[in-house]
Amino acid sequence: MFVAALVGVAVIWELYKFVGPTDGGTVLGVRILPRTADFAMPHVWEMFQRFGRPEVRGRDNTVLAAVAAGAWYSFRLSVVGFVLGGAVGVGLAVVMARFDVVRRGLLPYLVVSQTVPLIALAPLVVSWGGRLEIGGFTWPRWLSASVLGAFLAFFPVAVGTLRGLAAAPAAAVELMQSYAASWWRTLLTLRFPTAVPYMVPAFRLAASSSVIGVVVAEISTGLKGGIGRLIIEYAREATGDPAKVYTAIFGAAALGLTMAGIVAAADTFVMRHRPKEDIA
Amino acid sequence: MMIARLARRTGPPVAFGVGFLAFWEWAVRFFELKPYFLTAPSVIWSQFTDAFGLVRGAATVSGGNAFVGLVAGTILGIVMSFALSRWRLLNQIVTPLAVALNAIPIFVLVAVLNNMYSITSEIPRRIMVALVVYFIVLVNVARGLTQVSATHVELMRSYAASDVSILLKVRVPNAVPFLFTALKVAAPAAVITAFVSEYFGGSQNGLGSRIASNIANSKNAAAWSYVLGACLLGLLFYSVSVLLENVVRRGGGRQ
Amino acid sequence: MSAVTIRHLDKTFNAGKANEVHALSGIDLDVASGEFVSLIGPSGCGKSTLLRLVAHLLEPTNGDVTVNGKSAAQARLDQDYGMAFQQAGLFEWRTVRKNIELPLELKGWDKTRRRERANEMLELVKLPEFGDHHPWQLSGGMQQRIAIARALAAHPQLLLMDEPFGALDEMTREYMQGELLRICAETKTTVLFVTHSIPEAVYLSQRVVVMSPRPGRITKIVDVGLTGPRSEDTRNAESFFRAITAVREGLRGMHAAHVAMGMDDR
Repeated sequence: MFVAALVGVAVIWELYKFVGPTDGGTVLGVRILPRTADFAMPHVWEMFQRFGRPEVRGRDNTVLAAVAAGAWYSFRLSVVGFVLGGAVGVGLAVVMARFDVVRRGLLPYLVVSQTVPLIALAPLVVSWGGRLEIGGFTWPRWLSASVLGAFLAFFPVAVGTLRGLAAAPAAAVELMQSYAASWWRTLLTLRFPTAVPYMVPAFRLAASSSVIGVVVAEISTGLKGGIGRLIIEYAREATGDPAKVYTAIFGAAALGLTMAGIVAAADTFVMRHRPKEDIA
Repeated sequence: MMIARLARRTGPPVAFGVGFLAFWEWAVRFFELKPYFLTAPSVIWSQFTDAFGLVRGAATVSGGNAFVGLVAGTILGIVMSFALSRWRLLNQIVTPLAVALNAIPIFVLVAVLNNMYSITSEIPRRIMVALVVYFIVLVNVARGLTQVSATHVELMRSYAASDVSILLKVRVPNAVPFLFTALKVAAPAAVITAFVSEYFGGSQNGLGSRIASNIANSKNAAAWSYVLGACLLGLLFYSVSVLLENVVRRGGGRQ
Repeated sequence: MSAVTIRHLDKTFNAGKANEVHALSGIDLDVASGEFVSLIGPSGCGKSTLLRLVAHLLEPTNGDVTVNGKSAAQARLDQDYGMAFQQAGLFEWRTVRKNIELPLELKGWDKTRRRERANEMLELVKLPEFGDHHPWQLSGGMQQRIAIARALAAHPQLLLMDEPFGALDEMTREYMQGELLRICAETKTTVLFVTHSIPEAVYLSQRVVVMSPRPGRITKIVDVGLTGPRSEDTRNAESFFRAITAVREGLRGMHAAHVAMGMDDR
């Protein structure tokens, strides 16, 4: 079905190329129809062909190799961001579960933060690269991208984990009390396992947020080595080499899908013994 | 008594917020933090109020793109969702696509959209926003149209009601809360997408490009004031969608 | 020696505030070792509250509770009792066997000993082949049996039960009552049992404590007086119906008194 969808998109693309105006057009006076000339909209097969040919005329690394390298670089940054953000998110959720005053004080900000474009801070954080020093450690530029990814990932994880920790049924909590179990014991034995079904969708969101954070950091300041930078570079060369930018976009898509796939596999593993039901 | 309850509810967040700002201000002064790392809140605020006109102008550009894309995407999403609820096959094809698209940073498509239009056009950004919004609205509203209580549908069929009638009387009312759930996610997403799209070149009048250029020129305080503007814009969009929801819901919705 | 001694017990919630509730007033009760005692009464009579006070999940406002010669607090720390609720409350992420092992884990038993005891309990509740299943694969009645197995896993001398069969259908309920009695006879456990059902209370107990609400107090203690072990025939015996009538009158009488005093608004 998914393949059918992709084929459908490709068909629509080619169809429009076939019938659409070469120089773009207007609908009700608004210049909204895109140009269909080959330099603006390359054919679908040309995009795939481009992977095989060299990145730059004269050099001998293929576009595929270049895009794969860029995607791999960004992937590693995303993983760091995801792990960092996830760890901080879970830790904060535990602190909020333990200390009610912290929860009441911070939770409104966490909820609001999901509506505010925190991504605006991207250029700022990236600018720390190479200039910030903490006791002998110079902030590497790539760390900014991961920190941004972590920043975006940590909010949904904190909110979701907190919801899950609070979701333990009252009877189960009473049971643990009847065992004279300490708060930490109850956390490990009851609250965390109860929280898992809530953490699963939160971590899925965190995975894609981390990728977004890293890619945005890369494109806002052209971080060298990542897929974001490649997209910008190839986009600049688009007038001469229109298909190349699409290869980089496919690379970015592959990056996102890989992250999502890994997290989804982990989710299935973690939830393997649970009854099949949805958490709304 | 009411005041005590209100104080108890708002006390900790306000305390945390004020405390955080105070600590920030103190830390910048005490540690003599360079502006390229962190700028003091007081400096940001004064910059913001000084340059308010400029910030508002940039916000209008970004906000305008976000708004146009939001409206377009929502309308298209709603229309398409009717098609999805009608033809199961279409639903089965489009839904996995939407799920997959959720995982990838699709805003990178702006790079190619820019090539399809003239360099000064805001259209690529609007299309990008519309695309992002479209999928969010599509998935949610389609779910709202299809996930209706089986009991309600059975009841309507027992009245020999036509499919159109069931659509209007059962499915659409059921889908309204889903639409608002989608809007509350789509509105901030629209702002973020409009924003991020500006990093790909094209006209440089929006908030995103302003932030990037200010950082590039080491004018961090100015950049922060645009960041503040961006946050306010995002909040504005979200608040409007919540307000809209409340206005519509007051007419006797469920929950 | 009494297993449970309750003296002059009072419990007030939200004392001094607008929503103050006088849940229990002047409760005196002795439960002998090995005895099966039921608490019955209308909603709001405080029977669940009383059970939780014995479990030390709540603190009394006045009076005291002694369990096995110790304070209720100490008894909880020493895990001298097991508890079962209306919802079986098994942890869905653990296998059945690991659910039974839960109290033993918290007591610090080692793996082998826990496993042995868990298997023992599975035999006791007649579900030995379900050890590796997960709770959601079992029916409601089976889940309750596992909950009882868990409550008895550490061989406590006291079992506290809060309407454990309330969510089951009638046939399963009667079966479970028989099983519970069999298990308690084998383990010689004292049982304090909260229920809404008169026949259930009479079938299971030596004594039935009838309670009334607002504030919660004991109005009557019915000595069920059925000799010998229970059986199929017990439910048809005349003595059974006599005891049921005695309990029902205890409940009604209190109801009539309330009506007379203009207190009851049902």
